[in-house]
Amino acid sequence: MIAELGLAALWLAAALAALQLLTGALAVRAGADGAEIAALTRPAAVLQGVLAGFAFAMLLWVFAVTDLSVKLVASNSHSMKPLIYKLSGAWGNHEGSMLLWVTVMALAGGLIALVERRLPERTMQATLSAQGFVALGFYAFLLLSSNPFERLPVPAAEGLGLNPLLQDIGLAFHPPTLYFGYVGLSIAFSFAVGALVTRQVTPDFASAMRPWVLGAWVFLTLGITAGSYWAYYELGWGGWWFWDPVENASLMPWLAATALLHSASVLAARDALRAWTIMLGVVAFSMSMVGTFLVRSGILTSVHAFAVDPERGTFILFLLMLYIGGALLLFALRAGTVTEGTRFAVASREGALVFNNVMLSATLAIVLLGTLYPLLTEAFDVRVSVGPPYFNPVGAIFVIPMLLVMAVGPLLRWRQDGFGRISRELALIGALILAGLVLFAVIGGIDLLPLLGLALAGALAVASFLPLKGRKLRRTPIAIWGMVVAHFGIAVALFGMASESAFSQERLAAVRIGEATQVGPWTITLAGVAPVAGPNWTAIEGRIEASYDGGEPRVLRPQARNFWAPPQETTESELATRWNGQLYAVIGNEAGDGRWQLRLWWKPFVTLIWYGGVLVALGGVLALIGRVLGDIRRRGFRRRLADRRAEALA
Amino acid sequence: MSWRLWVPLLLFAGFLGLAGYQLSRPRNDFVESRMIGEKLPFFELRPATSDRPGIASVQFADGKPRLLNIWASWCLPCIAEAPQLERLQESGAEIVGVAIRDRPEDVARFLERHGNPYTAIGLDDLSEVQLGIGSSGVPETFVIDGQGRIVYQHIGDIRAKDVPILVEKLGKLGK
Amino acid sequence: MSAVSPSGSRLKPKHQRLVLVVLALVALIAAGLLAAYALRNQASYFYLPEQMRDDPPAIGQAVRLGGMVEDGSLRTLGDGVTIAFNVTGLDNSVVPVRFSGIVPDLFVEGSGVVAEGTLRADGTFVADNLLAKHDENYVPRELQEMTEHQAAEMAEETMVGIR
Repeated sequence: MIAELGLAALWLAAALAALQLLTGALAVRAGADGAEIAALTRPAAVLQGVLAGFAFAMLLWVFAVTDLSVKLVASNSHSMKPLIYKLSGAWGNHEGSMLLWVTVMALAGGLIALVERRLPERTMQATLSAQGFVALGFYAFLLLSSNPFERLPVPAAEGLGLNPLLQDIGLAFHPPTLYFGYVGLSIAFSFAVGALVTRQVTPDFASAMRPWVLGAWVFLTLGITAGSYWAYYELGWGGWWFWDPVENASLMPWLAATALLHSASVLAARDALRAWTIMLGVVAFSMSMVGTFLVRSGILTSVHAFAVDPERGTFILFLLMLYIGGALLLFALRAGTVTEGTRFAVASREGALVFNNVMLSATLAIVLLGTLYPLLTEAFDVRVSVGPPYFNPVGAIFVIPMLLVMAVGPLLRWRQDGFGRISRELALIGALILAGLVLFAVIGGIDLLPLLGLALAGALAVASFLPLKGRKLRRTPIAIWGMVVAHFGIAVALFGMASESAFSQERLAAVRIGEATQVGPWTITLAGVAPVAGPNWTAIEGRIEASYDGGEPRVLRPQARNFWAPPQETTESELATRWNGQLYAVIGNEAGDGRWQLRLWWKPFVTLIWYGGVLVALGGVLALIGRVLGDIRRRGFRRRLADRRAEALA
Repeated sequence: MSWRLWVPLLLFAGFLGLAGYQLSRPRNDFVESRMIGEKLPFFELRPATSDRPGIASVQFADGKPRLLNIWASWCLPCIAEAPQLERLQESGAEIVGVAIRDRPEDVARFLERHGNPYTAIGLDDLSEVQLGIGSSGVPETFVIDGQGRIVYQHIGDIRAKDVPILVEKLGKLGK
Repeated sequence: MSAVSPSGSRLKPKHQRLVLVVLALVALIAAGLLAAYALRNQASYFYLPEQMRDDPPAIGQAVRLGGMVEDGSLRTLGDGVTIAFNVTGLDNSVVPVRFSGIVPDLFVEGSGVVAEGTLRADGTFVADNLLAKHDENYVPRELQEMTEHQAAEMAEETMVGIR
């Protein structure tokens, strides 16, 4: 009964999305005469959000009570699982995750229908119509090809558990985080389409779109950071980024969103970069859909376990064609008629932001081409895989100039400025880079890219605080703090990445129980090996005593785990975290003569990668708070102004 | 002129074409056994439950054709094919099972719940038999003739429409 | 993109947009060309053992090798962490492989494997990473192409193992 309620709500929500598409489009067409029909659009959007939310709540319910007559529950859950994993199982699969996606999309659509009042009503109608259109496609996808509420003819006796790799708290919340990001970009996309339809590409449009882009960007940043850490400790390979298609699928929307965020800032503040912002709005959403397509269709191989289905891939590809093809067509037809924005000089904040936008787009192109290249060669029956030897150096060609300009850009004034005015800051940044290069070159044995990374990171960390110079800290707008924190976070993460690749030490050894081995400053003793058992696995657990520089030993317990439902084997790495880095330990098989394989890494400052990511996200949150508060204040000001005018007239 | 504005659309069309082409290319996910027409490899499997014997390859050479069903208690499609196996059994087919990477208590629970059409079930802990007869997934069903030769391989769960095919294959071999 | 001439006067609006678009296009085309060039050199190609025998990759070039682990060839070297084995393909082509590291548990003789690494001058393939068959229902995508002889070889070798 519960499942049927959810399904009914989903159908109703789809109908409302269709209504929203229709009334919005009619209202745009009718213009001022369409006020009556336009009045339907916003309520339809709100109700659609409520219904989709209800449907998702029903799905959570059937997972919480483990209703095994529902196929999705039977194939993805298990009555013995802890409640938290039962609930996360609701979205830890294709159908559930698509339902989560449309739910968040519908809720976001409802929210803009409720609160967004600063855009011209016609643009708003076009935006909501576009949002209804996008949502409708996803409802069709869910209802026609991946119904999450499908019943089994005969209820199953027991569920099939969750993929053991997926039974992990990090992973339970990782995909939804990315979805929130994708959905935010879909809202930005709807805004872009709406503005393009009515040709109202104004600063107001940019400020209406910006919170969604910022929100999406925060979620994407967190998602990528968490995903990277998950791959780091879960795969047991010691790396934190593999340039795997699944990872690239999350990085590409992030690059596009970062560019969009900055170009929307230019548009909001200075009324420039109109067509470019629209273009990025389309590109950012298309990247999130291209990513989903690549991951779900299985046309690229990934190290991350994912259920794939070419049929679903076809559906996503069709949606992609409809939305992105349609939007790009609209862009080709309309963008030429969007009037030119305000001009600016090269040496200005806008100039720096444009430069970084172009560099980000070029980086995006590099990642996209590298990800798609295997597809291209496969068309000629040549099988290749593209990895770090391509992505690292080629990406760096565009990322390094971007980071340099990122240090300088915030110091420049809007519209027109000269480098002479900030010559002291420039000299400071240049000196810091040079000092870093010399310092780390003296240490020696560091490759070019990590060396550049280390030197740049130091200079960037200082430069990110320079915009605060001469400001009263208490009165500095929150949004500026956001920028400072985010840029500082980039520097922190960059230092972690460069340090990891410059200073990591690895030791692979076969040791007898009681024997010791060295990695970096650590002395590691294998104290014992014992079998252990968990709820659905058995494992060989090593007991390792690790002592840093002869200090008090810490005990690590890495495991080689053996799951039985379904059968699968994983290595559970163990980490010892210090302020200056992490020891990473993995245990392998017995070598056959009583020796056990140990794989150990000492990774100085590796944790900064993820702390940096969190700082970047925190910066985004601060900026979001600053912008939203500013909007509320401005709205109050406008209302008072209108009131006063009304009084004066009376 | 605004020809530049069409560039993104063209690039996107190129991507669509490539992705569509890749999707449309037939992708055979089934790994067909090259052991068809060959004799079963030698194997002996211990029983998976207390009430059914295990299986050994020599038993297949007694002149009676059989179905060899590769399955596991942890496999969902195996639940779906259970009714079809029962129907095959009712139509007179002798079915022996090979449980892949399974535990006796799980096997017993599965059989209690979904019926037990097997005359014998062996436990294949290392997928030895599975690999030996060229099966790459669970479930799969093989038709074995009276001399212990593999005659036919069915990949995936047995649907209702597959039952007559299997019955016919067995019928041709003579009971 | 000199929108400001030395005298400080600005270009016409139309020109600024043109300059911006051209700049963006140039950067993106440069990125594309660079990517195309780098991809040709840096993508790691997939080789079957017979391809590696007939037309070997350059020494030291990162490639992938896919095939079956030959039965009876797997041994652990004295350091306890390096293993050596042969990967076989069609028509008895054999590539000796060395790998230092923790082996995927499903990696056994007679199983399919994809090794990432480089070919050395002495004809040994040194793997940095091994991707073994993941689970019952997973076949490395590259190996799907090999299905013709894969199943047969798996069968043969496994039979030898059991006998």
